[in-house]
Amino acid sequence: MFDLDKWKEIWATLRSNRLRTFLTAFGVFWGILMLMAMLGFGSAIQSGSKRQMKGMATNLLFCWGQQTTEAFDGLPPGRRVQFNTDDIELLRRLPSIEWLAPRLQLGGWMNNFTVGYESKNGTFTVMADYPELRHIISFEYEAGRFINERDIKESRKVVVIGRGVYDQLFEPGENPIGKYVKISGVYFEVVGLTRTLRSGGQGERDANTLFVPFTTLKTAFNMGNRVGFFALTAKPGTDAEELERQVKETLKRHHRIAPWDDLAIGSFNMFVMFGKFQTFFLVLQIVSWVVGGATLLAGVIGVSNIMLITVKERTKEIGVRKALGATPFSIVSMVMKESIVLTTIAGLLGVAAGVGLLAAAEAVFSAMPESPLGPPEIGLSTVMIAMGILVAAGALAGIMPATHAASIKPIEALRAE
Amino acid sequence: MLRLTKVNKYYQVGTHSLHVLRDVDFEVADGEFVAIMGASGSGKSTLLNILGILDDYDSGEYRLGDTVIKNLSESKGAAYRNKFIGFVFQSFNLLPFKTALENVALPLYYQGVTRRKRNQIAGQYLERVGLRDWADHTPSEMSGGQKQRVAIARALIGKPRLILADEPTGALDSETSKQIMDLLSEINRSGITVLVVTHDPEVAARTQRTIRLRDGKVVGAHEASASNPGMAAAT
Repeated sequence: MFDLDKWKEIWATLRSNRLRTFLTAFGVFWGILMLMAMLGFGSAIQSGSKRQMKGMATNLLFCWGQQTTEAFDGLPPGRRVQFNTDDIELLRRLPSIEWLAPRLQLGGWMNNFTVGYESKNGTFTVMADYPELRHIISFEYEAGRFINERDIKESRKVVVIGRGVYDQLFEPGENPIGKYVKISGVYFEVVGLTRTLRSGGQGERDANTLFVPFTTLKTAFNMGNRVGFFALTAKPGTDAEELERQVKETLKRHHRIAPWDDLAIGSFNMFVMFGKFQTFFLVLQIVSWVVGGATLLAGVIGVSNIMLITVKERTKEIGVRKALGATPFSIVSMVMKESIVLTTIAGLLGVAAGVGLLAAAEAVFSAMPESPLGPPEIGLSTVMIAMGILVAAGALAGIMPATHAASIKPIEALRAE
Repeated sequence: MLRLTKVNKYYQVGTHSLHVLRDVDFEVADGEFVAIMGASGSGKSTLLNILGILDDYDSGEYRLGDTVIKNLSESKGAAYRNKFIGFVFQSFNLLPFKTALENVALPLYYQGVTRRKRNQIAGQYLERVGLRDWADHTPSEMSGGQKQRVAIARALIGKPRLILADEPTGALDSETSKQIMDLLSEINRSGITVLVVTHDPEVAARTQRTIRLRDGKVVGAHEASASNPGMAAAT
């Protein structure tokens, strides 16, 4: 039953102590705002990290050769480990590999090459790749395509260029497809222009990379049967850590490396990394809820405290009401309602402020794709949960003062002068 | 109307108990106008609380109408107070943040009467105590006499069969006191039983009968106010 009088009563009580009502409400307001800010911050870190990892398979494994540190099989330590094309066949036999992409960088890791087009020059990374790479690192194509099987089979002199390469060598608006760029004196026909999905340093690197067929680089630049490193993904549902172990074991056996020599082959396991991230995010989220919740709880205790004082001050009023026929239930419901109304209104304002804050953060971080913080994603469900907590908290805050109020004996109340 | 039979009441003060009412025994008939007198500490407030179902008693029997009032639950007590009894207090006990009209209407609120209806009825009762024009004023804007009239209107609105007035003129000057007593007499003439607790002989003289309390005991009930010693002192 909606009764205007009830609301008027509640309003009148809350209004008769403006400062106190304000301070109490502020406690709840601040609590919910903090809760949302904490959750938003956690979400921003999460979305920022996700943005950095976008475009990469999460079950990704990189493997590269380093130097042996143990003598083994008659070979001395300190031997450089160089993968070769025979390794490709060996690794392809491992059942839990989904995609295998042997890669080789022209000039070696982190070395750049001069690439020219007409009168312009630039230094870029040149990678020799198999078509499988596109399942491991995803690109979008502004024009053309990626390296395909025919390119590999026929060792064609074709190249896929990154956006950064295009910007530096070509005139704006010029169609690069079918044009020839010169890599270290050899001409390659451009067949594709990529746009990376990754951001930050990795995105930068992708943009300034040229991809040529693996087999072409071998013949054109006399790289023999060398393989720089392997990028591979685990089949869904398989254990990526176990795969990493198998891959290393296979390579160690082939290159006569001591099985216990952990430094001979370097690796990066995205899956393990991702798992660590997930745990970190989970912990972050728990911390957010705990800290935010504690702030909110402090606000709620404040409300309870104030309601208790209010009830004590209103002993006489409650006594009068009882003398006039108020049942204990009606007194309890009156005090509880005041408490719930106060916490709910203050909390809703907090939620509104929180939503505003997060919207502002979203606008800021969306405009800064390189920032480690991404746009916070606070779902409606989180807001609903927060609201639910608020109403429950209001009721909780009201219980003690309300039962106290209900226990007031009219005679004692009326005697109080 | 009401009958008390050997009612006893103790208060626990520290480790020993205080015997506040001793075998209180009296009867009030329908439509009577009765004063309860006694010095402070004689137990008259306690008696009033018991009569008003604001307090319980330890032994004996209190019968209000056909009902034995004993060990009632809080909600039952509230319902009886709401239906049968109207209270008038020395300090008025109006709710300060409510207007006169809202104060008068309050008992009907607890009866579940709709807002419009109870405000309309409250208006009629304010009219009856001559404060129709003061309906929208809060108690702080009114004189003591006006406040007590509002309180009386509030006591009447639930159509009680019994009005319990605790020192209704205690905070008022003699002229206003007289007006309030006139009002109570008028209410009594309309058929409502009125019980006034007072230590003021002048007030007691306006009633039909006085019940005297001393040390928690009734010390002789006088049938007519003419034989009331207070009357002689007042005139």
